[in-house]
Amino acid sequence: MTIRLACLFVLLTVLSGPAFAAERETFDFAYLMRDGDLAYARHRAYTGLSLRDRQRPLEGARLGVRDSKAIGRALGFRFGLREENLSEDASSLERIEILAAEGIRVFLLDLPLAEVTELARAVANRDLLLFNIRHPDDGLRGTDCAPVLFHTLPSQAMRMDALAQFLLKKNWRDVLILEGTGAADKTLSTVFQAAARKFGLDVTGVRPFVLSNDPRQRDQTNLPILTSGVDYDVVFLADSVGEVGRYLPYNTKDPRPVVGSEGLVPDTWHWTWERYGAPQLNQRFDKRAGRRMTSEDWAAWAAIKVVVEAISRTKSGDASALRAFLRGDALTFDTYKGLAGSFRPWDNQLRQPILLHTHNAVVARAPLEGFLHQTNTLDSLGIDKSESACVMP
Amino acid sequence: MRCLMGLALCVSLLSANGALAKGTGLIFISNEKSSTITVLDATDQVVKTMETCARPRGMHFSQDREAFYVACADDSLIAIYDVASQELLGRIINVAQPETFDLHPNGRHLYISNEEDATATLFDLETGEQLAEFETGEEPEGVQITADGRLVFVASEAANLVHVIDTETQDVIKDILVDTRPRRFALTPDEKELWVSAELAGIVDIIDVATLSITGDVAFLPAGFRKEQITPVDLLITKDGARAYVALGRANHVAVVDVRQRKVLDYILVGKRAWGLALTDDGTKLYVANGLSDDVSIIDTATLKVVTSVPVGLVPYGILIDDH
Repeated sequence: MTIRLACLFVLLTVLSGPAFAAERETFDFAYLMRDGDLAYARHRAYTGLSLRDRQRPLEGARLGVRDSKAIGRALGFRFGLREENLSEDASSLERIEILAAEGIRVFLLDLPLAEVTELARAVANRDLLLFNIRHPDDGLRGTDCAPVLFHTLPSQAMRMDALAQFLLKKNWRDVLILEGTGAADKTLSTVFQAAARKFGLDVTGVRPFVLSNDPRQRDQTNLPILTSGVDYDVVFLADSVGEVGRYLPYNTKDPRPVVGSEGLVPDTWHWTWERYGAPQLNQRFDKRAGRRMTSEDWAAWAAIKVVVEAISRTKSGDASALRAFLRGDALTFDTYKGLAGSFRPWDNQLRQPILLHTHNAVVARAPLEGFLHQTNTLDSLGIDKSESACVMP
Repeated sequence: MRCLMGLALCVSLLSANGALAKGTGLIFISNEKSSTITVLDATDQVVKTMETCARPRGMHFSQDREAFYVACADDSLIAIYDVASQELLGRIINVAQPETFDLHPNGRHLYISNEEDATATLFDLETGEQLAEFETGEEPEGVQITADGRLVFVASEAANLVHVIDTETQDVIKDILVDTRPRRFALTPDEKELWVSAELAGIVDIIDVATLSITGDVAFLPAGFRKEQITPVDLLITKDGARAYVALGRANHVAVVDVRQRKVLDYILVGKRAWGLALTDDGTKLYVANGLSDDVSIIDTATLKVVTSVPVGLVPYGILIDDH
């Protein structure tokens, strides 16, 4: 033992790497979540079936910290995760202030949309980094953007552009849209229509549907009727609830594929994605969490990993240095999706490929071959600089 | 004690090696998705496709080159085959998801990267026992041992680190921060430089072995490609130390590099997602495993042209050539 130590000592003096400094600086990330968050309530369809249960992406953040252990050793940091569960009436802003006073700089927000918007506004110009790991809303990246707020989850516009690229590539240009009555469905439909315009698809009809058996509303409840009397190559479905949509494939009047909320879905991540190191990440996640990695898990994991990447390249734990690096063009973040990620400086959105998947396969990855952009092919997806409604100081 | 045994074994193996003639001329290709090994003869004809363990990837000859080892990730074992007959000689079990490995010059110790476990492990070929475990970053891949057996390098893909293990003290003595997604290694024959491919950065980092620090890099960009399409993985340096070949992954090319000048001389178009490389002993033929076109491109290194391509199994990964 003594010989080993002596030997090691000699080597260390020769190599004198900072990696083996005795003291390591603690660098904690904070994960903010709230008790009773409705997004994670059991979502039961009829007869006890559960179709769309959401899981907290906390496991993604935990994996991100775990994945950073070795790099922490090399950098002289000990990374940790503070899992902050807020009671229903606790103020998230106060909690951020308390944690910031303790020296925490990076916050992953697993909170409802309105709260994320308010928080980002309240601390907009502070030396902190907030990560949106849950909301694809374009507004949060547009008029509600903030210099302090970063998005590792792709925007709705990025997803819909990915889908539009795919449809164009297949030459399925005529699209019938079926949209639900909820606000989320309307928004989704609107964003898809913008993507259709951008890529030159023809929307041959936009038809609302309702969840009902009322015979007087047959034209809005009966799927074959909803999909007849119009020409289309493909049906785009905007159905965030899923109760109607799941019956749409095989129930269309004409034999046409379904895309959007069912069928082919544009998404951040998928458990069957098998290229670019993804099986390793999926298996690692599954092993720890005991379930499949979701898109939000990926976004939480990416938030931790991208900050660690910034620390390793800047050799600093300072929030303003990290923010400057993240917003700069030197970042090449390993997305496990084959193209290196970086943040768009105009809205702090992480550039990344989008996966188009069915229930058990990734059919395509966007940007698809042939869709080009003057600076970065990834900017063929989502809101480009000239279109952005975000004003950064 | 371990060291002494290893040394004794080493001496006996060396003498055996001296008595051997040239190899069988056979070429072995591991196909990770079909769990098979394709065997080519010296004329590049497929002579056999053999079933092996699940998800075979890294391969290596034994010290006497009479056997070869195959790492099977999904079965968590290393299979040992006879080169001449391709019969299964044995298995080393309980090797957690091995990806690649290297054989220590003592002929007895395998240093293995355990992809899912964020570890590298040391196994004894004689007893099949695990002798040591080293903590690495996530997704360790390439393993390279120096000719004197003193240092082992392990690349961690997800941590952007090259770990340096001292075989004497059995400790990780340094973690070298390199560019994004380090994959495989090649040492110059004088062992002064360690080249490591950084897949996502699209470059090869050059590490000075004496100081264990990065001293330079080589970037790649075949005509008509964008930087993000360049994803180098496997690489090798010729015995004379003059040339390096680097498989550029998604760019579907192999780069030819002047090692001393660190300058790209040429790019050769091969199949889809070129990863694994192997060179014949005389350096005249380069074999390239194309993971997404399920074939092997064979390059004449004098003309730097692909002479032929041979269909193999699903997702070919590693190549071994028994010609010396």
